[in-house]
Amino acid sequence: MAQIFPKWTNKAPKYVLIGLVVAIALVSYLIDYYASPMYTDVGYRPNQPVPYSHKVHAGDLGLDCRFCHAGVEISPVAGLPPTQTCMNCHNMIKADSEKLALVQESFKSGYPMQWVRVHKSPDYVYFDHSAHITAGVGCASCHGRIDEMEIVSQEEPLSMGWCLTCHRNPDDHLRPAGEVTNMSWTPPANQAEFAASQKRLLDIKAPITDCTGCHR
Amino acid sequence: MSILKKHPERDPGTAEAVGGEELLVTGGHTFKTLTDKVSGIVEQKPPAQWWLIFVMAVSGMLLLVGVIGWLAWEGTGIWGLNNPVGWGWAIVNFVFWVGIGHAGTLISAILFLLRQQWRTAINRFAEAMTIFAVITALVFPGIHVGRIWLAYYMFPIPNQMLIWPNFRSPLLWDIFAVGTYFTVSTLFWYVGLIPDLATLRDRATNVRKKVLGFFALGWRGGNRQWQHYEKAYLMLAGLATPLVLSVHSVVATDFATSLVPGWHTTIFPPYFVAGAVFSGFGMVMTLALIARKIYGLEDIITVNHLEKMNKIILVTGSMVGYAYMTEFFIAWYSQNEFEVFAFVNRAFGPYAWAYWIMFLCNVITPQIFWFKKLRRSIPVMFVASIFVNIGMWFERFVITVTSLSRDYLPSSWDYFSPSIWDILTFVGSFGLFFTFFLLFLRFLPMVALSEVKGVLPEADPHFYHQKEGDTK
Repeated sequence: MAQIFPKWTNKAPKYVLIGLVVAIALVSYLIDYYASPMYTDVGYRPNQPVPYSHKVHAGDLGLDCRFCHAGVEISPVAGLPPTQTCMNCHNMIKADSEKLALVQESFKSGYPMQWVRVHKSPDYVYFDHSAHITAGVGCASCHGRIDEMEIVSQEEPLSMGWCLTCHRNPDDHLRPAGEVTNMSWTPPANQAEFAASQKRLLDIKAPITDCTGCHR
Repeated sequence: MSILKKHPERDPGTAEAVGGEELLVTGGHTFKTLTDKVSGIVEQKPPAQWWLIFVMAVSGMLLLVGVIGWLAWEGTGIWGLNNPVGWGWAIVNFVFWVGIGHAGTLISAILFLLRQQWRTAINRFAEAMTIFAVITALVFPGIHVGRIWLAYYMFPIPNQMLIWPNFRSPLLWDIFAVGTYFTVSTLFWYVGLIPDLATLRDRATNVRKKVLGFFALGWRGGNRQWQHYEKAYLMLAGLATPLVLSVHSVVATDFATSLVPGWHTTIFPPYFVAGAVFSGFGMVMTLALIARKIYGLEDIITVNHLEKMNKIILVTGSMVGYAYMTEFFIAWYSQNEFEVFAFVNRAFGPYAWAYWIMFLCNVITPQIFWFKKLRRSIPVMFVASIFVNIGMWFERFVITVTSLSRDYLPSSWDYFSPSIWDILTFVGSFGLFFTFFLLFLRFLPMVALSEVKGVLPEADPHFYHQKEGDTK
């Protein structure tokens, strides 16, 4: 009886199987990286209406984060400063700068500045800054080295998996209360001991990893 | 001993089986006529009845697609669910279809291991029925979550949320139990199909030959191929056998692990398995009777086969009836007031009508098969098999709804009535099932040719065809 398929088809199943395994691995990797916030969100750096430099203010001049983001210790949102906060200095310093025109205008009119939000969390996520600050999680742990950024960009994916990595093992990210806003803090050699004593001191139980911890 | 004795008595060349047993295939079929008969069904244009049912089935399937679309758009609020009846027809239909899926594997695996040769006439389309019933069943866990686009949460897929399915959730057990069952049944079915696909391939030409040749995996019917094949088939039968019992046990455990009176009982797994086999045979019977009539397969699926299936229906139906009574006995024996109430309410409460439909269909109907005459009457068994299907659907309805609608808190009691969308979804699920099934009848051999040939007298090593002038 005549053959239906040519001889090379004998080898086809092997190559198809190998190809399939490679293709599945490749597609999984591509989706895992390119469809995740690691790719889609990290590096988001919108231009702000006023070229405000965190590098100058928080880095070179050494202003504390809380000078402007005053709500961070007591409320879920860190908050943005009112224009008055800017004007405390800028009615004396560089008061005539063109770059500050919008700030001056806002101060006169009473309408707040329209800053563009960089770090967003979805509306179905309940996130509280004060809880994290109280526990001793530093600003830089989530926001990166803000003191080195001319224009603020998103450094971390802020994905659920990223949150959970720390919630499941927060020890490396806890620091003394006085160091929370210190941008250049690095964990000491005895970080594990410190983390244990910090948790005892503040009576922190393990961070919540149940669904209802963040989705209420 | 018997073999030695039987053979001298045997008249070679005539259609008479060993030891005076009834022949499994009647009508004096040989290998060739059998091949022509079964292959002819898929090689010729389908009969008018096929088109009629197919159009109806496809309409039903489109209806299902439409209803699911509306469900995705609007949410599960379109169903008749209320509080406390949060589980309605979705789970009733799921269990109904999964249950039907049990006959195929029982026939193909357990009866194979038990050397029940009569299974060969019905195993192929019982297996096909199993696969399509399981596919239809799997629609329901998929859509009952409401947000259909998140159904992939049920699978353990790595994701950026770093979360995994909750292994304490019965929904997950269903996915794994039914998924495993589906995979093994499909493999089993396909392996069984290979020699028959090769037969069809050898009769085909052009594109058809190539397509069939692709799926026949180069089968030539050589001795070595048959040896490998039969080993593979035996191993798959061994793998599939525990699944017959495990799948519906898991489905039963979905109910049994919840602390609801009427569900929280240890009898559930065996009781569900018996019911599943019962309902599966009911459905096989219904389909077999129609198919054998339309395609003229009376010689292959003989009344003897049907009678044997009716005996299984009688046995499993009686087991189900026994389980119903045991539930009542245990409720009384436990003296747990909630348990007692659940069962009194089941039989005499607001859903008494459903309970007694179930009881009549499942327990009383099969008892007619004690009589040989009724067991061998085609119209009787057709009607009875329909009753079995109805009864088993009502069993799942009674279990799900009666227990939920009257739970621990009388102030929250409510009466469940299905909405039009519940009903259309159920009707549509039949469309989906029959679309698959009719396509199977159209394109694949509905009788396991190679296996039926194996039970013909011609396959016996001692067989020889008597020519004229031969002397004994």
